[in-house]
Amino acid sequence: MSLPGWKQIPLGAVILKPGNSVEYKTGEWRTLRPEINQEKCIRCRTCWMFCPEGAILEVEEPYKTQAGKEYRLTYKVNYDHCKGCGICANECPVKAITMIEEAI
Amino acid sequence: MSKPLTVWDLPKDEFLAPGHRMCQGCAAAITIRHILKAAGKDVIVVMPTCCGEITSTVYPQTAWRVPWIHVAFENAAAVASGVSAAIEALKRKGEIPEEKDIKVIAIGGDGGTFDIGFQALSGTLERGDNVLYVCYDNEAYMNTGIQRSGATPLGAWTTTTPVGKVWRGEWRPKKRKDLIAIAIAHNVPYAATANPAFPVDLYTKVKKALSIKGPKLIHVLSTCVPGWRIEPEKAVEIAKLAVLTGMWINYEYENGVYRVTTPVPKRKPVSVYLRLQGRFRHLTDEDIKKIQELVDADVERINKLVGKQVIGPVES
Repeated sequence: MSLPGWKQIPLGAVILKPGNSVEYKTGEWRTLRPEINQEKCIRCRTCWMFCPEGAILEVEEPYKTQAGKEYRLTYKVNYDHCKGCGICANECPVKAITMIEEAI
Repeated sequence: MSKPLTVWDLPKDEFLAPGHRMCQGCAAAITIRHILKAAGKDVIVVMPTCCGEITSTVYPQTAWRVPWIHVAFENAAAVASGVSAAIEALKRKGEIPEEKDIKVIAIGGDGGTFDIGFQALSGTLERGDNVLYVCYDNEAYMNTGIQRSGATPLGAWTTTTPVGKVWRGEWRPKKRKDLIAIAIAHNVPYAATANPAFPVDLYTKVKKALSIKGPKLIHVLSTCVPGWRIEPEKAVEIAKLAVLTGMWINYEYENGVYRVTTPVPKRKPVSVYLRLQGRFRHLTDEDIKKIQELVDADVERINKLVGKQVIGPVES
Protein backbone atom coordinates (compact mmCIF):
# COMPACT_ATOMS: atom_id res chain seq x y z
CA MET A 1 0.00 0.00 0.00
CA SER A 2 1.45 3.38 -1.00
CA LEU A 3 0.66 6.26 1.33
CA PRO A 4 -0.32 9.68 -0.04
CA GLY A 5 1.80 12.75 0.68
CA TRP A 6 0.44 15.60 2.79
CA LYS A 7 -0.49 17.65 -0.28
CA GLN A 8 -2.76 14.87 -1.55
CA ILE A 9 -4.64 14.43 1.71
CA PRO A 10 -8.00 16.25 1.81
CA LEU A 11 -8.69 18.72 4.61
CA GLY A 12 -10.27 17.50 7.83
CA ALA A 13 -9.08 13.92 7.37
CA VAL A 14 -12.02 13.26 5.08
CA ILE A 15 -11.82 9.93 3.28
CA LEU A 16 -13.26 10.33 -0.21
CA LYS A 17 -13.35 6.68 -1.28
CA PRO A 18 -16.12 4.83 0.57
CA GLY A 19 -15.24 1.30 1.56
CA ASN A 20 -11.60 1.55 0.45
CA SER A 21 -10.60 -0.74 3.31
CA VAL A 22 -11.04 -3.56 0.79
CA GLU A 23 -7.51 -2.66 -0.34
CA TYR A 24 -6.28 -4.04 2.98
CA LYS A 25 -6.21 -7.82 2.82
CA THR A 26 -7.20 -9.11 6.23
CA GLY A 27 -6.91 -12.63 4.82
CA GLU A 28 -3.25 -12.47 5.83
CA TRP A 29 -4.30 -12.81 9.49
CA ARG A 30 -5.71 -16.26 8.89
CA THR A 31 -4.24 -19.45 10.30
CA LEU A 32 -7.25 -21.67 9.60
CA ARG A 33 -9.01 -21.59 6.24
CA PRO A 34 -12.71 -22.44 5.86
CA GLU A 35 -13.57 -24.79 3.02
CA ILE A 36 -17.19 -25.24 1.99
CA ASN A 37 -18.20 -28.71 0.89
CA GLN A 38 -20.65 -27.90 -1.91
CA GLU A 39 -22.07 -31.43 -1.78
CA LYS A 40 -23.06 -31.16 1.88
CA CYS A 41 -24.11 -27.48 1.84
CA ILE A 42 -27.88 -27.00 2.04
CA ARG A 43 -27.80 -23.27 1.09
CA CYS A 44 -29.38 -22.11 4.34
CA ARG A 45 -27.49 -18.79 4.38
CA THR A 46 -26.39 -19.21 8.01
CA CYS A 47 -22.66 -18.71 7.33
CA TRP A 48 -23.39 -15.68 5.16
CA MET A 49 -25.52 -14.19 7.92
CA PHE A 50 -22.99 -14.69 10.73
CA CYS A 51 -19.76 -13.76 8.94
CA PRO A 52 -18.31 -10.67 10.66
CA GLU A 53 -16.40 -9.73 7.51
CA GLY A 54 -19.09 -10.30 4.95
CA ALA A 55 -16.51 -12.63 3.45
CA ILE A 56 -18.97 -15.40 2.59
CA LEU A 57 -20.15 -14.62 -0.92
CA GLU A 58 -23.57 -15.60 -2.16
CA VAL A 59 -23.17 -16.24 -5.87
CA GLU A 60 -25.95 -16.84 -8.38
CA GLU A 61 -24.33 -19.99 -9.69
CA PRO A 62 -26.41 -23.13 -10.13
CA TYR A 63 -25.04 -26.29 -8.57
CA LYS A 64 -26.19 -29.91 -8.91
CA THR A 65 -25.10 -32.36 -6.23
CA GLN A 66 -24.20 -35.97 -7.04
CA ALA A 67 -27.47 -37.03 -5.41
CA GLY A 68 -29.24 -34.92 -8.03
CA LYS A 69 -30.35 -32.00 -5.86
CA GLU A 70 -30.25 -28.71 -7.70
CA TYR A 71 -29.47 -25.37 -6.11
CA ARG A 72 -29.71 -21.89 -7.58
CA LEU A 73 -27.04 -20.44 -5.28
CA THR A 74 -23.48 -21.27 -4.35
CA TYR A 75 -21.63 -19.99 -1.31
CA LYS A 76 -17.98 -19.11 -1.71
CA VAL A 77 -15.35 -17.63 0.57
CA ASN A 78 -13.59 -14.34 -0.11
CA TYR A 79 -10.12 -15.52 0.95
CA ASP A 80 -8.69 -12.02 0.51
CA HIS A 81 -10.61 -10.85 3.56
CA CYS A 82 -11.61 -13.97 5.55
CA LYS A 83 -9.80 -13.75 8.91
CA GLY A 84 -10.43 -17.42 9.64
CA CYS A 85 -12.44 -16.93 12.84
CA GLY A 86 -14.36 -20.15 12.25
CA ILE A 87 -17.83 -18.86 13.17
CA CYS A 88 -19.15 -20.20 9.84
CA ALA A 89 -17.84 -23.71 10.53
CA ASN A 90 -19.12 -23.61 14.11
CA GLU A 91 -22.61 -22.42 13.16
CA CYS A 92 -23.12 -24.52 10.01
CA PRO A 93 -26.11 -26.80 10.79
CA VAL A 94 -24.87 -29.61 8.51
CA LYS A 95 -21.14 -29.20 9.23
CA ALA A 96 -20.39 -28.55 5.58
CA ILE A 97 -17.55 -26.15 6.43
CA THR A 98 -14.23 -27.43 7.70
CA MET A 99 -11.36 -25.34 8.99
CA ILE A 100 -8.09 -26.39 7.40
CA GLU A 101 -4.68 -25.24 8.55
CA GLU A 102 -3.08 -22.80 6.12
CA ALA A 103 0.05 -24.19 4.51
CA ILE A 104 3.03 -21.89 4.69
CA MET B 1 -49.08 -7.95 12.84
CA SER B 2 -47.13 -8.56 9.67
CA LYS B 3 -45.46 -11.86 8.96
CA PRO B 4 -42.13 -12.35 10.76
CA LEU B 5 -39.10 -11.94 8.54
CA THR B 6 -36.76 -14.81 7.69
CA VAL B 7 -33.08 -14.97 6.83
CA TRP B 8 -34.03 -14.64 3.15
CA ASP B 9 -35.45 -11.17 3.80
CA LEU B 10 -31.99 -9.82 4.65
CA PRO B 11 -30.73 -7.76 1.70
CA LYS B 12 -27.48 -8.66 -0.03
CA ASP B 13 -26.08 -5.11 0.11
CA GLU B 14 -22.97 -4.79 2.22
CA PHE B 15 -22.45 -1.28 3.53
CA LEU B 16 -19.64 -2.34 5.85
CA ALA B 17 -16.80 -3.23 3.51
CA PRO B 18 -14.49 -6.13 4.30
CA GLY B 19 -10.96 -5.16 5.26
CA HIS B 20 -11.95 -3.57 8.56
CA ARG B 21 -9.59 -4.51 11.37
CA MET B 22 -12.08 -5.81 13.93
CA CYS B 23 -10.83 -8.92 15.70
CA GLN B 24 -11.40 -12.42 14.37
CA GLY B 25 -14.92 -13.41 15.37
CA CYS B 26 -16.02 -9.92 16.45
CA ALA B 27 -19.75 -9.83 17.11
CA ALA B 28 -19.86 -6.05 16.78
CA ALA B 29 -18.98 -6.47 13.11
CA ILE B 30 -21.97 -8.81 12.66
CA THR B 31 -24.17 -6.29 14.46
CA ILE B 32 -23.00 -3.32 12.37
CA ARG B 33 -23.39 -5.29 9.12
CA HIS B 34 -27.03 -6.03 9.88
CA ILE B 35 -27.80 -2.52 11.18
CA LEU B 36 -26.56 -1.12 7.86
CA LYS B 37 -28.51 -3.72 5.88
CA ALA B 38 -31.65 -2.53 7.66
CA ALA B 39 -30.82 1.16 7.26
CA GLY B 40 -30.02 1.05 3.55
CA LYS B 41 -27.93 3.64 1.75
CA ASP B 42 -29.72 6.83 2.88
CA VAL B 43 -28.22 6.97 6.32
CA ILE B 44 -25.67 9.04 8.19
CA VAL B 45 -23.80 7.16 10.88
CA VAL B 46 -22.28 8.92 13.88
CA MET B 47 -19.77 7.00 15.93
CA PRO B 48 -17.97 7.93 19.11
CA THR B 49 -14.64 6.38 19.94
CA CYS B 50 -15.22 2.67 20.32
CA CYS B 51 -13.91 -0.65 18.99
CA GLY B 52 -15.91 -0.26 15.80
CA GLU B 53 -14.55 3.22 15.19
CA ILE B 54 -10.86 2.53 15.64
CA THR B 55 -10.98 -0.63 13.55
CA SER B 56 -13.25 0.42 10.70
CA THR B 57 -11.52 3.71 9.87
CA VAL B 58 -7.78 3.25 9.97
CA TYR B 59 -6.74 6.37 8.11
CA PRO B 60 -6.54 6.74 5.07
CA GLN B 61 -9.01 3.89 4.70
CA THR B 62 -12.60 3.41 5.73
CA ALA B 63 -14.81 0.36 5.78
CA TRP B 64 -17.98 2.45 5.57
CA ARG B 65 -19.89 2.72 2.33
CA VAL B 66 -22.34 5.21 3.86
CA PRO B 67 -21.61 8.74 5.17
CA TRP B 68 -19.94 8.35 8.51
CA ILE B 69 -18.67 10.84 11.06
CA HIS B 70 -16.37 10.21 13.99
CA VAL B 71 -16.82 12.26 17.14
CA ALA B 72 -15.49 12.21 20.66
CA PHE B 73 -16.48 9.65 23.28
CA GLU B 74 -18.75 12.18 25.02
CA ASN B 75 -20.95 13.53 22.29
CA ALA B 76 -22.05 10.95 19.73
CA ALA B 77 -25.72 11.40 20.58
CA ALA B 78 -25.40 15.21 20.56
CA VAL B 79 -23.75 15.19 17.13
CA ALA B 80 -26.43 12.80 15.86
CA SER B 81 -29.03 15.33 17.08
CA GLY B 82 -27.17 18.05 15.19
CA VAL B 83 -27.06 15.99 11.99
CA SER B 84 -30.76 15.31 12.29
CA ALA B 85 -31.47 19.04 12.83
CA ALA B 86 -29.27 19.95 9.85
CA ILE B 87 -31.24 17.59 7.61
CA GLU B 88 -34.45 19.27 8.77
CA ALA B 89 -32.99 22.73 8.07
CA LEU B 90 -31.78 21.73 4.59
CA LYS B 91 -35.22 20.36 3.81
CA ARG B 92 -36.79 23.64 4.91
CA LYS B 93 -34.44 25.55 2.62
CA GLY B 94 -35.26 23.25 -0.24
CA GLU B 95 -31.73 21.89 -0.59
CA ILE B 96 -32.93 18.35 0.05
CA PRO B 97 -36.32 17.19 -1.28
CA GLU B 98 -38.91 17.09 1.51
CA GLU B 99 -39.87 13.46 0.86
CA LYS B 100 -36.31 12.11 1.04
CA ASP B 101 -35.99 9.98 4.14
CA ILE B 102 -32.46 10.29 5.53
CA LYS B 103 -31.89 8.32 8.71
CA VAL B 104 -29.46 9.21 11.45
CA ILE B 105 -27.93 6.41 13.47
CA ALA B 106 -25.44 6.77 16.29
CA ILE B 107 -23.58 3.56 17.09
CA GLY B 108 -21.55 3.47 20.29
CA GLY B 109 -19.95 0.95 22.59
CA ASP B 110 -20.93 0.43 26.20
CA GLY B 111 -18.24 2.80 27.51
CA GLY B 112 -19.44 5.57 25.21
CA THR B 113 -23.06 4.91 26.15
CA PHE B 114 -23.25 3.82 29.80
CA ASP B 115 -20.45 6.06 31.08
CA ILE B 116 -18.85 8.78 28.99
CA GLY B 117 -21.55 9.60 26.45
CA PHE B 118 -24.38 9.24 28.91
CA GLN B 119 -25.40 12.88 29.33
CA ALA B 120 -25.39 13.49 25.57
CA LEU B 121 -27.56 10.39 25.11
CA SER B 122 -29.93 11.57 27.83
CA GLY B 123 -30.17 14.96 26.12
CA THR B 124 -31.00 13.42 22.75
CA LEU B 125 -33.66 11.14 24.22
CA GLU B 126 -35.14 13.96 26.27
CA ARG B 127 -35.32 16.50 23.40
CA GLY B 128 -37.02 13.98 21.17
CA ASP B 129 -34.60 14.25 18.24
CA ASN B 130 -35.18 11.91 15.33
CA VAL B 131 -32.17 9.67 16.00
CA LEU B 132 -31.65 5.95 16.45
CA TYR B 133 -28.98 5.23 19.04
CA VAL B 134 -27.50 1.73 19.01
CA CYS B 135 -25.29 0.59 21.87
CA TYR B 136 -23.29 -2.54 21.18
CA ASP B 137 -22.36 -3.75 24.58
CA ASN B 138 -19.20 -5.84 25.01
CA GLU B 139 -19.33 -5.22 28.75
CA ALA B 140 -16.01 -3.36 29.21
CA TYR B 141 -13.69 -0.86 27.51
CA MET B 142 -12.29 -3.35 25.03
CA ASN B 143 -10.40 -1.18 22.56
CA THR B 144 -8.20 0.40 25.24
CA GLY B 145 -7.35 -2.97 26.75
CA ILE B 146 -10.28 -4.39 28.75
CA GLN B 147 -11.04 -1.93 31.55
CA ARG B 148 -14.28 -2.20 33.52
CA SER B 149 -17.21 -0.04 32.47
CA GLY B 150 -20.65 0.64 33.88
CA ALA B 151 -21.87 -2.36 31.90
CA THR B 152 -19.44 -4.97 33.26
CA PRO B 153 -21.41 -7.82 34.88
CA LEU B 154 -20.81 -9.19 38.36
CA GLY B 155 -17.76 -11.42 38.65
CA ALA B 156 -16.20 -10.57 35.29
CA TRP B 157 -12.44 -10.23 35.13
CA THR B 158 -11.09 -7.06 33.53
CA THR B 159 -7.68 -5.41 33.90
CA THR B 160 -9.15 -2.96 36.41
CA THR B 161 -11.17 -5.59 38.27
CA PRO B 162 -8.43 -8.18 38.56
CA VAL B 163 -8.64 -11.60 40.16
CA GLY B 164 -6.48 -12.27 43.19
CA LYS B 165 -6.83 -13.35 46.80
CA VAL B 166 -8.95 -10.33 47.79
CA TRP B 167 -10.44 -9.03 44.59
CA ARG B 168 -12.52 -11.48 42.58
CA GLY B 169 -13.37 -9.61 39.38
CA GLU B 170 -16.21 -7.10 39.09
CA TRP B 171 -17.55 -6.42 42.58
CA ARG B 172 -20.81 -4.50 41.97
CA PRO B 173 -23.23 -6.82 43.78
CA LYS B 174 -26.36 -5.70 41.92
CA LYS B 175 -27.46 -5.94 38.33
CA ARG B 176 -25.81 -3.28 36.15
CA LYS B 177 -27.85 -0.22 35.28
CA ASP B 178 -30.75 -0.90 32.99
CA LEU B 179 -30.24 1.12 29.81
CA ILE B 180 -33.67 0.29 28.38
CA ALA B 181 -35.44 1.37 31.58
CA ILE B 182 -33.44 4.62 31.49
CA ALA B 183 -34.49 5.21 27.89
CA ILE B 184 -38.12 4.46 28.71
CA ALA B 185 -37.92 6.93 31.60
CA HIS B 186 -37.21 9.57 28.92
CA ASN B 187 -40.57 8.69 27.29
CA VAL B 188 -39.09 7.35 24.07
CA PRO B 189 -41.50 5.76 21.57
CA TYR B 190 -39.29 2.72 20.99
CA ALA B 191 -36.54 0.87 22.83
CA ALA B 192 -35.31 -2.68 22.35
CA THR B 193 -32.58 -5.16 23.14
CA ALA B 194 -31.07 -7.38 20.46
CA ASN B 195 -28.41 -10.01 20.06
CA PRO B 196 -25.99 -10.78 17.20
CA ALA B 197 -26.92 -14.48 17.36
CA PHE B 198 -30.42 -13.45 16.19
CA PRO B 199 -29.63 -11.18 13.21
CA VAL B 200 -33.12 -11.36 11.70
CA ASP B 201 -34.56 -10.12 14.98
CA LEU B 202 -31.94 -7.36 15.08
CA TYR B 203 -32.72 -6.43 11.47
CA THR B 204 -36.45 -6.29 12.18
CA LYS B 205 -35.93 -4.09 15.23
CA VAL B 206 -33.68 -1.62 13.40
CA LYS B 207 -36.20 -1.44 10.52
CA LYS B 208 -39.04 -0.87 12.95
CA ALA B 209 -37.10 1.74 14.94
CA LEU B 210 -36.20 3.67 11.79
CA SER B 211 -39.84 3.77 10.73
CA ILE B 212 -40.75 5.60 13.96
CA LYS B 213 -40.14 9.34 14.33
CA GLY B 214 -38.40 10.42 17.50
CA PRO B 215 -35.58 9.11 19.66
CA LYS B 216 -35.06 5.34 19.69
CA LEU B 217 -32.59 3.15 21.48
CA ILE B 218 -31.44 -0.38 20.71
CA HIS B 219 -29.13 -2.18 23.11
CA VAL B 220 -27.20 -5.06 21.54
CA LEU B 221 -25.07 -7.63 23.33
CA SER B 222 -21.69 -8.02 21.68
CA THR B 223 -19.43 -10.94 22.47
CA CYS B 224 -15.76 -9.93 22.53
CA VAL B 225 -13.12 -12.53 21.72
CA PRO B 226 -10.06 -10.98 23.47
CA GLY B 227 -11.99 -9.31 26.30
CA TRP B 228 -14.16 -12.25 27.26
CA ARG B 229 -11.31 -14.72 26.81
CA ILE B 230 -13.22 -16.91 24.36
CA GLU B 231 -12.40 -18.75 21.17
CA PRO B 232 -13.28 -16.75 18.02
CA GLU B 233 -15.50 -19.47 16.58
CA LYS B 234 -17.61 -19.53 19.77
CA ALA B 235 -18.60 -15.84 19.54
CA VAL B 236 -22.06 -16.45 18.10
CA GLU B 237 -22.64 -19.62 20.14
CA ILE B 238 -21.98 -17.75 23.39
CA ALA B 239 -24.23 -14.86 22.34
CA LYS B 240 -26.97 -17.43 21.72
CA LEU B 241 -26.33 -19.04 25.12
CA ALA B 242 -26.78 -15.63 26.76
CA VAL B 243 -30.37 -15.67 25.52
CA LEU B 244 -30.97 -19.34 26.30
CA THR B 245 -29.77 -18.89 29.90
CA GLY B 246 -31.71 -15.67 30.50
CA MET B 247 -28.52 -13.63 31.00
CA TRP B 248 -29.76 -11.57 28.04
CA ILE B 249 -33.42 -11.10 27.14
CA ASN B 250 -34.45 -9.99 23.65
CA TYR B 251 -37.39 -7.69 24.11
CA GLU B 252 -38.83 -4.49 22.77
CA TYR B 253 -40.86 -1.64 24.16
CA GLU B 254 -43.21 0.22 21.89
CA ASN B 255 -45.59 2.92 23.13
CA GLY B 256 -46.07 1.43 26.57
CA VAL B 257 -46.20 -2.22 25.50
CA TYR B 258 -43.43 -4.71 26.25
CA ARG B 259 -42.91 -7.73 24.04
CA VAL B 260 -40.30 -10.49 24.33
CA THR B 261 -39.14 -11.32 20.81
CA THR B 262 -37.19 -14.46 21.69
CA PRO B 263 -39.24 -16.48 24.21
CA VAL B 264 -37.33 -19.14 26.13
CA PRO B 265 -39.78 -21.72 27.55
CA LYS B 266 -37.04 -23.55 29.50
CA ARG B 267 -33.92 -21.70 30.56
CA LYS B 268 -30.48 -23.28 30.83
CA PRO B 269 -28.54 -22.64 34.06
CA VAL B 270 -26.21 -19.61 33.81
CA SER B 271 -23.16 -21.80 34.45
CA VAL B 272 -23.46 -23.06 30.84
CA TYR B 273 -22.83 -19.51 29.64
CA LEU B 274 -20.27 -18.51 32.27
CA ARG B 275 -18.09 -21.62 32.06
CA LEU B 276 -17.30 -21.03 28.38
CA GLN B 277 -15.63 -17.69 29.13
CA GLY B 278 -12.15 -17.13 30.50
CA ARG B 279 -13.20 -13.92 32.22
CA PHE B 280 -15.43 -15.97 34.55
CA ARG B 281 -13.08 -18.91 35.11
CA HIS B 282 -12.31 -17.93 38.74
CA LEU B 283 -15.97 -18.08 39.81
CA THR B 284 -16.84 -20.62 42.48
CA ASP B 285 -20.18 -22.46 42.58
CA GLU B 286 -21.19 -20.01 45.30
CA ASP B 287 -20.50 -17.02 43.00
CA ILE B 288 -22.44 -18.62 40.16
CA LYS B 289 -25.37 -19.16 42.52
CA LYS B 290 -25.36 -15.43 43.24
CA ILE B 291 -25.38 -14.61 39.51
CA GLN B 292 -28.18 -17.14 38.96
CA GLU B 293 -30.25 -15.33 41.61
CA LEU B 294 -29.70 -11.98 39.84
CA VAL B 295 -30.79 -13.52 36.53
CA ASP B 296 -33.85 -15.13 38.15
CA ALA B 297 -34.90 -11.76 39.55
CA ASP B 298 -34.45 -10.09 36.17
CA VAL B 299 -36.44 -12.79 34.35
CA GLU B 300 -39.24 -12.37 36.88
CA ARG B 301 -39.20 -8.61 36.32
CA ILE B 302 -39.47 -9.01 32.52
CA ASN B 303 -42.23 -11.61 32.82
CA LYS B 304 -44.13 -9.17 35.02
CA LEU B 305 -43.66 -6.34 32.49
CA VAL B 306 -44.90 -8.50 29.63
CA GLY B 307 -47.79 -9.81 31.74
CA LYS B 308 -47.19 -13.52 31.15
CA GLN B 309 -44.46 -16.09 31.56
CA VAL B 310 -42.41 -15.84 28.36
CA ILE B 311 -39.09 -16.78 29.92
CA GLY B 312 -39.58 -20.08 31.71
CA PRO B 313 -37.94 -21.64 34.75
CA VAL B 314 -34.45 -23.16 34.76
CA GLU B 315 -34.49 -26.69 33.35
CA SER B 316 -33.19 -29.29 35.74
